[in-house]
Amino acid sequence: MNNPNQSLWEIFYKGLFEQNPIFRLALSLCPALAVTSTVVNALAMGLSVLFVITANNVVVSLFRHWVNPKVRVPVFITSIATIVTVVQLVLEAYFPELFKALSIYLALIVVFAIILARAEVFAAKNTVVPSFFDGFGMGAGFAGAMVLIGVIRELFGAGTIFGFQVFSDAYNPVLIMILPPGGFILIGVMIAGINLFGEYQEKNRAAKAKAGATPALQGSEA
Amino acid sequence: MSAETKVEVNQLTVSASPHIRCDESIAKIMWTVNLTLAPAALMSVYWFGFHAAVTLAVCIGAAVGTEYLIQKWQGKPVTISDGSAFLTGMLLAMNIPATVPWYMPLLGSFVAISIAKHTMGGLGYNIFNPALIGRAFMLASWPIAMTTWPALAGAVDGVTSATPLGMLKLQGYEKLVATFGDTANLYQSMFLGSRSGSSGETSALILILGGIYLIYRGYINWQVPAFMIGTVGVLTWAFGGHAGLFSGDPLFHMMAGGLILGAFFMATDMVTIPITVKGQIVFAIGAGALTVLIRLLGGYPEGVCYAILLMNSVTPLIDRLIKPEKYGARR
Repeated sequence: MNNPNQSLWEIFYKGLFEQNPIFRLALSLCPALAVTSTVVNALAMGLSVLFVITANNVVVSLFRHWVNPKVRVPVFITSIATIVTVVQLVLEAYFPELFKALSIYLALIVVFAIILARAEVFAAKNTVVPSFFDGFGMGAGFAGAMVLIGVIRELFGAGTIFGFQVFSDAYNPVLIMILPPGGFILIGVMIAGINLFGEYQEKNRAAKAKAGATPALQGSEA
Repeated sequence: MSAETKVEVNQLTVSASPHIRCDESIAKIMWTVNLTLAPAALMSVYWFGFHAAVTLAVCIGAAVGTEYLIQKWQGKPVTISDGSAFLTGMLLAMNIPATVPWYMPLLGSFVAISIAKHTMGGLGYNIFNPALIGRAFMLASWPIAMTTWPALAGAVDGVTSATPLGMLKLQGYEKLVATFGDTANLYQSMFLGSRSGSSGETSALILILGGIYLIYRGYINWQVPAFMIGTVGVLTWAFGGHAGLFSGDPLFHMMAGGLILGAFFMATDMVTIPITVKGQIVFAIGAGALTVLIRLLGGYPEGVCYAILLMNSVTPLIDRLIKPEKYGARR
């Protein structure tokens, strides 16, 4: 993971596509299914996670020398829980509607595998600045995926985006898209599509540079 | 094989089963099933008119077209001529109201072939019956259009009507009988198909004749339809009436809705049901019991589709419990 030659841009960029939490690592699928039936909810959830993962990476990175490895997981979780509580209170104070819509899933951010995974595999071993970019990239990848899923589900399932009508009244919404099975099917199809694109890229890369060894990236398990 | 068996090793030819071959093929079986379904499909055009023909054509066209495009794209041999996609399309058309707008069966067929069949690996690998997945997709997507049933042809175009099961659910058995005159009339309409409902499920007579031919040819066994319809009959007789136990109308329930179509043509799909006959009987009884459960207690008037899909999902478990006996093995 900790490759000294990696530029900050690379650290940031890998979270967007190569190691996208939802589409490549298949982590945090529960909120990706539950709150993406409208774009607004998906965006709010995505931004919350983006904030939590970035802030937590910075905190973990700052304190990495003082945390005994034996108790690192409780410490990381405490840090995540603190930040999530901040997000919850802010949303409840300024966006009560969103807070209600996201309900239990906000609190569940505490146990998102992707956040603990980034703390473990990256922030605990790196300095603050790369950790920030790692968290920001992963969070942006998550938020982007959530919004993408949300746009497709709301557009076809209700004919609207951000609540504004896009299709005419003659459009008969495909209700299943905003129901859980539609979410499952859509995410499955999107993962398949992105794998296909990945394979295509891989082929291109292999054809271009037969000599230069590409740095192997491994997905984290959590 | 015991240690004393003395066989020259070079006399043993190792080859994969099957060792006995016959002239049956997927294409032959599928087209035979298509032919046995065709009369019921034609009856639906007779009863529901032009709409039924359009729906039928869209379903079959979309199913076959989707299969062609996917197999072309994947670079696999194109097998649209084996009739399996044709059958999926026809079954889907027979499972939905004839009057749905054309794009609904188009998408339903697409989902049936692409998601229920080809994401699983194609013919022979699908867990669920593709046509039923297509129907479930459509029912979840457009609940109103999918439960707006056309009146019989001859009535004014655009007139809708409740299905017998819907009437039973909302208005009760007495009202249902009164609508048809008397019980004899009711049974006759149910048997011949002059009643509202999905395109292909209306005429019990033609479906049973088709099913019997398939049993005669050995493509399906008699146990699955018999046990499924029998379970529905017994359970509705026992629990279907309001005047205590055993006051229900089993004959009505056995002919109503998609039960006969489902029992003969979908619960017998070789791919998605258990391998052993014993397992298939378990499957059939389970599907029948779930159908009754949904009809009598559930929110939907009809439950054959979900009952078969649910039993499809436990088929691997049934197969694990009830294994085929090895030839020559002792208990």
